[in-house]
Amino acid sequence: MEKFISHTGSALPLRRSNVDTDQIIPAVYLKRVTRSGFEDGLFAAWRSDPEFVLNKAEYSKASILVAGADFGTGSSREHAVWALQNYGFKVVISSRFADIFRGNSLKAGLLTVILGQSDVEALWSAIEAEPSLEIEVDLETRLVSYKNQAISFDLDDYTRWRLMEGLDDIGLTLRKIDEVENFEEKRAKYKPKTLPVLS
Amino acid sequence: MAKTLAEKVWDDHLVRSANGEPDLLYIDLHLIHEVTSPQAFDGLRLAKRGVRRPDLTLATEDHNVPTLNIDKPIADPVSRLQVDTLRKNCQEFGIRLHSLGDVEQGIVHVVGPQLGLTQPGMTIVCGDSHTSTHGAFGALAFGIGTSEVEHVLATQTLPLSRPKTMAINVEGKLKPGVTSKDIILAIIAKIGTGGGQGYILEYCGSAIRALSMEARMTICNMSIEAGARAGLIAPDETTFAYLKDRPHAPKGEDWQRALAYWSELKSDSDAKFDKEITLDADQLSPFVTWGTNPGQGIPLDGVIPSPQDFTDPEEVSAAERALVYMDLKAGTPMKKIKIDTVFLGSCTNGRIEDLRAAAEIIKGKKVASDIRMMVVPGSARVRLQAEAEGLDKLFLEAGAEWRSAGCSMCLGMNPDQLAPGERSASTSNRNFEGRQGKGGRTHLVSPLVAAATALRGTLSSPADL
Repeated sequence: MEKFISHTGSALPLRRSNVDTDQIIPAVYLKRVTRSGFEDGLFAAWRSDPEFVLNKAEYSKASILVAGADFGTGSSREHAVWALQNYGFKVVISSRFADIFRGNSLKAGLLTVILGQSDVEALWSAIEAEPSLEIEVDLETRLVSYKNQAISFDLDDYTRWRLMEGLDDIGLTLRKIDEVENFEEKRAKYKPKTLPVLS
Repeated sequence: MAKTLAEKVWDDHLVRSANGEPDLLYIDLHLIHEVTSPQAFDGLRLAKRGVRRPDLTLATEDHNVPTLNIDKPIADPVSRLQVDTLRKNCQEFGIRLHSLGDVEQGIVHVVGPQLGLTQPGMTIVCGDSHTSTHGAFGALAFGIGTSEVEHVLATQTLPLSRPKTMAINVEGKLKPGVTSKDIILAIIAKIGTGGGQGYILEYCGSAIRALSMEARMTICNMSIEAGARAGLIAPDETTFAYLKDRPHAPKGEDWQRALAYWSELKSDSDAKFDKEITLDADQLSPFVTWGTNPGQGIPLDGVIPSPQDFTDPEEVSAAERALVYMDLKAGTPMKKIKIDTVFLGSCTNGRIEDLRAAAEIIKGKKVASDIRMMVVPGSARVRLQAEAEGLDKLFLEAGAEWRSAGCSMCLGMNPDQLAPGERSASTSNRNFEGRQGKGGRTHLVSPLVAAATALRGTLSSPADL
């Protein structure tokens, strides 16, 4: 995974709450067996409206998505994270994220930042007033900065370290595989197995 | 220290717990399907890693498979490639797969319990958010993304932060015509789609205890619609009776050992939940959604709310958007809403009890002339059982379609979709914009309301017949 230390870019204001993963990428776009190429499905239904914010020229360079509360509810499809990344987003800011979406994003290296709703509203207004506004999201300091504003956000130390080092979660667990083996030795023998297949 | 049920199961699966890092949890059962697994297998190959425990892994084909002509090759080449990829991956890594046409094929969350693989006190994951279904057995079960699927395949563990716990007490007795679907829709309307974020829900109380296993699965299934990754119910005699003699249930002395452990799986009487809410079962009536998220629900007897009925500005704008998308006007009685398609099925309500309940209402009657009713059993076994009971004939004679097993119109990934502007009464779990087909409009309902609606053509309860 690529290291994430800091990102500076312009942002796209998505003034909608409860943006579920079916909106981020509808199911019919989930048939690919790769991790790339999902950008065409991003917000597919809404994009057919020329007035949709993603279609506006002034936001075409945006790499930070600022969304309403409860972003990423619904389906566990990680394709929602990939679609955002494939399209070019590096950061999503919202006041609340659905648990599975947030877990997926932080595994895949899309930084999800939680700010208070009033900070999100202020960001929306600032972006709409100046679509090219540069926003910096920094993991070192855990700050979202624009103009003379600097808003701190929470991210647990472990996840922050993992993102800043670009570490593979599986590799980290495999370093502790002896502990997994010890656990397996003590596991109850009556627990079910899928193999061999019973008739 | 007193513990909740979720904390007990969590602690029993701790491989490692250290300050400053997430807990490492052992996974007892990993269910996989064609849509969220291909990239995980690719990741394994790229890193030259294997599947650690194929004997704790089970695959089915469900999301993307057709429900008609299943003996023919899948017509859509992209869908076919995805299903073929699962078959190749399972063969390469030695994973048991129930393919289309196999008697054990079906929706992953219907198949696990019916095989007896879902047992109390287990940790169960799947790259599907409705994995919470398995919580009905007192298992800690939750949906994961593809990165986590790869992690579980490689290590049989997951690093996770310990969630908070919430008790949802449902006390009293349900009135006739009110089902567990109405309970969960009422809970979601009460706490909202974000109400369960960060929590594991435990459903308790006399109304929950009185439910069958299948009805409990319907409730746990939709925990995610309240924002909770997992929801569970303490196992009891109903659970044990359901499990006894299932193919993968423990046998002989193992059954006794398992039973001794399972019987301890309940929240201690002095355990502290981070949050508790209570719902009165006696007050519940059939519940339906009017909007575009599962929290936008009201009793079927009600009228569509006005955005001004809400105080939170986000909810006001969400309601305004939902009414436009759903093409509905505030103040309209729900029962006046005309439906085009009735969908009976899904991991929420595609089990044999659901089909029986709906068939009982449909029996000897005709589906309204302008209604299309699709009945999609949750698994091949459910389909066979229903056919053995003659339910297929009751549906067919009433004018409904009788299909093969799969996720079908719940998510509209296969050809089973709503046309733009079409309106459904659906026993599934999500009424998101376009969920059942681009431009389609969904009202979530119980199987009883689905059946009554199919007969009358407008949203109806059996009492309206």
